[in-house]
Amino acid sequence: MLDDATRERIQTEVNGSDVFLFMKGTPVFPQCGFSAAVVQVLTHLGIKFSTLNVLEDPAVRDGIKSFSDWPTIPQLYVKGEFVGGCDIIREMYETGELTDLLEQKGVTAAVNA
Amino acid sequence: MAMNAGEIESLILEDFPDAKVTIEDLRGDGDHYAAHVVSAAFVGKTRVQQHQMVYASLKGRMGNELHALALQTAAPDA
Repeated sequence: MLDDATRERIQTEVNGSDVFLFMKGTPVFPQCGFSAAVVQVLTHLGIKFSTLNVLEDPAVRDGIKSFSDWPTIPQLYVKGEFVGGCDIIREMYETGELTDLLEQKGVTAAVNA
Repeated sequence: MAMNAGEIESLILEDFPDAKVTIEDLRGDGDHYAAHVVSAAFVGKTRVQQHQMVYASLKGRMGNELHALALQTAAPDA
């Protein structure tokens, strides 16, 4: 279920940052291995990103699944567009596609890693 | 609640009769799987769309009974 208020809140979040991650826990304290893996990839690439801890927000935890038609968390958004969950991000990182996508979207690493 | 590998495979095959499905029980606990699905239905689809199609074939079990399914999808080599 996704009510309008939650949809709007999610939309505002994903529009508010170039790279946005819905995750379980926080980057410093991930509470799920899949979320931790995505944080690790982004950190390794030196990408600045914002996060929302769905464990502290049951409405978003549930609503995000309808929002993206995607049943699991983590979920990564770049410039407002859903890119994928843990498997896809890991695969895209390994093939170099993630770096290409970020470049295409004009997101560059804060520090050259 | 867990699912066995055969159940996952037959749900996927229902929607993708041509698929080559490989399922691995990662921890032997019936709860953490990796699936590799190769089907012509994926041609021209993005990864997100391919995974969404597989999730749809699992009919709501993903994220519920099925806690973890590491998914890799591909179209057959031309």
